[in-house]
Amino acid sequence: MNFLANVARSKGDPKIVSSGPSVRTPADRMARALGWFSIGLGTVELLAARRLTRALGMRGREGLIRVFGVREIMAGVMSLSVDKQAGLKSRIAGDGLDILALLAALRFDNPRKGNVVLALLMVGAVTMLDVRSAQDLAVQHDPKRGRRRLYPDRSGFPKGIAMAKGAARRLPSRAAAS
Amino acid sequence: MRALVWHGKEDIRCDTVTDPEIEHERDAIIKVTSCAICGSDLHLFHNFIPAMMPGDIMGHETMGEVVEVGGGVNGALKKGERIVVPFTIICGECDQCRRGNFSVCETTNRNKALAEKIFGHTTAGLFGYTHITGGYPGGQAEYLRVPYADRTHIKIPAGMTDEQALFLSDILPTGWQAAVQCDIEPTDSVAVWGCGPVGQMSIRSALLLGARQVIAIDRIPERLSMAEAGGAITIDFDKESVVERLNALTDHKGPDKCIDATGMESHVNMAQPATLLDRAKQMFMLESDRPHVLREIIYVCRPGGVISIPGVYSGFSDKIPMGALMNKGLTVRTGQTHVNRWTDELVRRIEEGQIDPSFVITHRVALEQGPEMYRVFRDKQDSCVKVVLKP
Ligand SMILES: NC(=O)c1ccc[n+]([C@@H]2O[C@H](COP(=O)([O-])OP(=O)(O)OC[C@H]3O[C@@H](n4cnc5c(N)ncnc54)[C@H](O)[C@@H]3O)[C@@H](O)[C@H]2O)c1
Ligand SMILES: [Zn+2]
Ligand SMILES: [Zn+2]
Repeated sequence: MNFLANVARSKGDPKIVSSGPSVRTPADRMARALGWFSIGLGTVELLAARRLTRALGMRGREGLIRVFGVREIMAGVMSLSVDKQAGLKSRIAGDGLDILALLAALRFDNPRKGNVVLALLMVGAVTMLDVRSAQDLAVQHDPKRGRRRLYPDRSGFPKGIAMAKGAARRLPSRAAAS
Repeated sequence: MRALVWHGKEDIRCDTVTDPEIEHERDAIIKVTSCAICGSDLHLFHNFIPAMMPGDIMGHETMGEVVEVGGGVNGALKKGERIVVPFTIICGECDQCRRGNFSVCETTNRNKALAEKIFGHTTAGLFGYTHITGGYPGGQAEYLRVPYADRTHIKIPAGMTDEQALFLSDILPTGWQAAVQCDIEPTDSVAVWGCGPVGQMSIRSALLLGARQVIAIDRIPERLSMAEAGGAITIDFDKESVVERLNALTDHKGPDKCIDATGMESHVNMAQPATLLDRAKQMFMLESDRPHVLREIIYVCRPGGVISIPGVYSGFSDKIPMGALMNKGLTVRTGQTHVNRWTDELVRRIEEGQIDPSFVITHRVALEQGPEMYRVFRDKQDSCVKVVLKP
C-alpha cells in the first residue's frame, strides 16, 4: 500500500518510510466486514433469488428475496460509510425481518426444513455480531466520553466584552493616539 | 520526520516520512512548532472532499521556525525567523493576488488542469488538502516545505506567543472575513450557525464589528457556553426551533446577516427528514453536500440581508430554495479565506488586546496523539473544541 502511495507522490514530496498504527478500531473493522458481507449477500439475493427459494423450500417468494437483497445492499453501503452506526442498526432490523421470513418457512410440510434451520442459525450468529458491533460503536463514538466541562470564562476578549463591542468600528486606537 | 498521513476514510496515521527539501528557489523549509486540526480536516478525514490520495500529509494551520531558504526568497525570510503559514499558497504577483483575492491565486495550484475541469477555473494551492488544490503536503508534521515562501508567510511580531499567532493561519481570518463580508451595521442582528472554532471566531468578529446582537446556533453544550462567553445569545437546535427563536429575537424580521460556519456536514437528525434524505443521498453519492443549514438560512434571513458562507462545500447540493433566495433579494458571499488580506489588521488587533484567539484551544497534545485527536474532535468528546499539536 505504502509503495503505491509513494509511487503516486509528486517528485520531491515526502514519501512514507514506515507507517504508524491505524486508529481504526476492531469495531470499525468489524463494521466494514459486515458492510461488505451485507453487499455480497444482497447481491446473491438479488441475482440468485430463484436458487435461494428453491434451497429453502420458499418457492413463489422470489420477489420478497429480491427486496431483501436491495435492503441488504443499502444497509451494507451505510455500514461502510461514516455513519456505520446507522448501517448496523438497519442491519439489525433487517436481521429481524430475515428471521421472521425464515420462521414462516419452518413448516412441517417444507421438505427443505433442514436448510431453513441452518439458515436461521447463520442469521442468528450474524445478528449477534451486528448487535455486538453496534454496541461497541455506540461506546466508541459517545460524545459523553472524556471529561465534560463548559467554557463560560473563555470570552477571547482580554479587555472584556463591553470594551470589545463595536471596537473595530471605532478609530484604531494607535491612529487616534498619534 | 514524523507526519500525520491520510491513508483512507477515517484512517490517519502518524508515519515516518522522508524530510522535505527545497525544490524551487522560492521555497523555504520550516521546523513546525505548533499546528492545529481544523473542521476542514474532518471533511478530509471522512473522505467527503474528492481527490485525496493515500500518502497525503494533513494539516493547513501551521507555524514554525525557518530553517532553510531557497535562493529566490531574496531576503524576504531569514533562517531563524518565526512565521505562521497561511493555508492558502500565494504568489503575490498574479492579477488575483494583486487584488487581494489570495485564495484564488492563479499561479500556485500545481494541478490547475484538474481544478479547471471541476470548478471551471483554478483556485490557489492549499496545504494538506485535496489534489484539486495542488495536493501540497501539509503541516501536521515536524517540517514543512513552504512554496512561494517569499510571499506565503506571516511574520510573528516579537512578544506574541505561538498560541496567540497560530490561528492567523486560518480560523481567525476566516471568522473575520465571514463577518466583514456581512457589512455589519450597528442595528444588525447577526446569526451564526455552528459554534466550532470558525463559528467562535465569527461570533467575536461580528461583535467587534459592532453588531447589535449576535446569535449562535449549535447543539453541543460546551460550544454553546463558549459562544455565550463571547457575547452571543445561544440557540440549541436539538432543544428548540431555530426559526421560531430567531424570529422571536428579531421582532419577527429575521436576522439581517447570517453566517454558515457549519458547511457540508450539517448534523443529521430524526426531527428533520430533509437532513436524513441528504445523508442518504450523500452515502450513495447522489449529492456531495448536506445543505440543511443553507436552506434554513435562506428561509429565515431577513429580506435584503446577507448570507456569508465560510463553511466548506465541496460539490453539489440539492433543493436550494432559489425562489426564496431570489425573491428576498439576498446577497451570498463565500470563499476560502484570503488569509493575507487580513493579516496586518488582525495582528494589530491581537497586539492591542482587542482579541486573543487562543481562547478556543481546549487540547494541546504531541503529534503522535494526532490520529486519536481526529476522532475526539470529530465525536466532540472530552469537550473538545480545538486541538493544537506540538511536533
Ligand atoms: N472558508 C474557509 O476558508 C474555511 C476555513 C476554515 C474552516 N472552514 C470550514 O468551516 C466549517 C466549520 O469549521 P470548524 O473548524 O468550526 O468545524 P467544526 O466541525 O468543529 O464545527 C462545525 C459545528 O457546526 C455544528 N452544526 C452541525 N450541524 C448544525 C446545524 N444544523 N445548525 C447549527 N450548527 C450545526 C456542529 O455541532 C459543530 O459544532 C467547516 O466546514 C470548515 O471546513 C472554512
Ligand atoms: Zn482550516
Ligand atoms: Zn497569485
